[in-house]
Amino acid sequence: MSNLLDLLVAGLATGAIYALVAVGFTLLWQTSQTINFAQGEFVMLPAFLMLAVMHAGAPFWLAIILGILLSLLLLGLGFKLLLVDPMLRHGVLPLAIATMALAIGMKEAVKQFFSAEASPFPSIVPAGDVWVLGRVVSLQSLGVLALAIAVVIGLTALLNRTSIGHQMQATAQNPTVARIIGVPVERMILLTFLINAFLVALASLLITPIYLAKFSSGEVLGQAAFIAAIVGGFNQVRGAIAGGLLIGVVDNLAAAYVSTQYRAAVPLILLIVIILFRPQGLLGRPEERTV
Amino acid sequence: MRSGIFAGLLLATVSAATALAQGAPIKLADVAELSGGGATVGNNWKNGIDLAIEEINAKGGVLGRKLEVTHADSQSNPGVARAQVQKALDNEPYVLLGPGYSGSVKVTSPLAAEAGITQIMGGEAAELTQGGNKFLFRTSFGQQSSMPKVAKYINDELKAKSVAIVWVNNDFGKGGRDVISKEFAKYNIKVAADLSTEAGQADFAADVSKIKAAAPDAAFIYLNEEESARILKELKRQAVAVPLVGETTLVGQKVVELAGDAANGARGHVGLTTDAPVDLVKAFREKFVKKYNYVPDHNGLKGYLAIYMVKATTEKMGKVDAKKFADTLHGLTIKAASEPGILMDVTFDEKGDIDRQGFLVEIVEGKQVVKQVLPKLN
Repeated sequence: MSNLLDLLVAGLATGAIYALVAVGFTLLWQTSQTINFAQGEFVMLPAFLMLAVMHAGAPFWLAIILGILLSLLLLGLGFKLLLVDPMLRHGVLPLAIATMALAIGMKEAVKQFFSAEASPFPSIVPAGDVWVLGRVVSLQSLGVLALAIAVVIGLTALLNRTSIGHQMQATAQNPTVARIIGVPVERMILLTFLINAFLVALASLLITPIYLAKFSSGEVLGQAAFIAAIVGGFNQVRGAIAGGLLIGVVDNLAAAYVSTQYRAAVPLILLIVIILFRPQGLLGRPEERTV
Repeated sequence: MRSGIFAGLLLATVSAATALAQGAPIKLADVAELSGGGATVGNNWKNGIDLAIEEINAKGGVLGRKLEVTHADSQSNPGVARAQVQKALDNEPYVLLGPGYSGSVKVTSPLAAEAGITQIMGGEAAELTQGGNKFLFRTSFGQQSSMPKVAKYINDELKAKSVAIVWVNNDFGKGGRDVISKEFAKYNIKVAADLSTEAGQADFAADVSKIKAAAPDAAFIYLNEEESARILKELKRQAVAVPLVGETTLVGQKVVELAGDAANGARGHVGLTTDAPVDLVKAFREKFVKKYNYVPDHNGLKGYLAIYMVKATTEKMGKVDAKKFADTLHGLTIKAASEPGILMDVTFDEKGDIDRQGFLVEIVEGKQVVKQVLPKLN
């Protein structure tokens, strides 16, 4: 039982990070029909941007701020203007393939200009333990979980309780009608790209101290987040959140109670089952797009 | 006119022959893990090679000829390693260097043996030198040499009665796990948990939970460097307090750098360490840090030693002869007094395994501290 609690806490902490990345997937799909297969590499890159700033002599807090700003610029604005806009007019599939090429390019560039080796990355959550239900739980796990949940709650509030959020919802549901009623559709789409860039930068900040900064670290994350988004429901933010948490927990339980070798297969089996019996995902809605 | 052409050809031939005899470089081929999961291994190995070659060439080379090396990236993938080794052998190198991963050595060593080219590699899996390949040589201890020392330490010093084994599911990890399990059986040490992990694994939360649940007296961790750092961080995160024991890959410099405070207290047997209380090793470390601006792990030492093995063996033969190289190296003892680049006295047996002094170390405040020196056997 105590072992199960450890696994649940660790799984939820990882799952919360998957959720952040999966939400980004969902947002991009909703507003611009972009399936970003470079999403894992989008999580990998901000850590290296922050490390580069730190190597230039800046303190960690400044590296975080500059890293996030650079991510907004490169992974938000740059991604939309330089890749999505020119490719999207040729259809969803060419764009998806272009993001695969982008993923390879990003990995090779980091390998070339930074290092092929892993690098340590500082944690924003201090080391230490706390007692929860009679068990020692690391402050880092709880901190990651709390921060990720806070961001998800904030994002949900933004989408559901603010004017900008309602305009984004309208853009996602029907851009033509949204345009007619005065919603600045292009600006709303750009905003989702910036939100995605912020989410991946935050995920990078949380996951890299655990996984280490490495050019290939996005591969696992990208796949996990993609599965999470489909399992939860590709057309619902809350679905992506639920999917992320579920995949994090299932992955840990599978490693502990099934086998380490087959752990990677279990989320995929879950994905197949969901597609067969509930194609819209656990919390998704059929034939509807909303954020 | 015809006699002029003949004279020209003769002159060109003589010039080429003279250049070959006096200064044509000795070509070496290196295939290493320059990217992928083993990038730490391969880049340290490569840098060690380059440093040694630079030193030797600055002093006039080997038998008056400069050394020249080409580096190829195996991407830490045995399939790619095999293709790169085949390509390297097509250029007929004097000696093949690398790879560092045992799985890659396993699939490439038959190619080098078939070509009659000596392969000096970094792999540590026990089985590599057990198959009768006369062209394969180690630069460090094989598992059959190191694991008995680790098991003895766990039994004698830690007095552990039960141990959790965490190993990486590849040739290197499985080889180590098989050897250490037999050694534990000799001491009646119970294996409380036998945990296989994957190469490149990022998340060790479940594995560490299993260690906690098994409540062993000690944990033996046998993973590659990056995974070692990740599991050390996770062990600290989950407040696991049992003694952590391993081999070089648990207590190497890169692991300490990656794991930070989480590496403190880890112990292990290392065949090569830049913290060894040996003056020549300390001098090597200084030169390496000066050139590359970081402290190398044991793989940097391995690459460096591989080149000095080439130098010492070639000078022993008195000529550059690829076909006789392996025969000369078998049974050869290279003394640091006569060849300082070899750093410590070393003997190569008929299988290509080595005999050299080793060390038991512990990580204290982010540094390897040598607790015990284990002498050379013969």
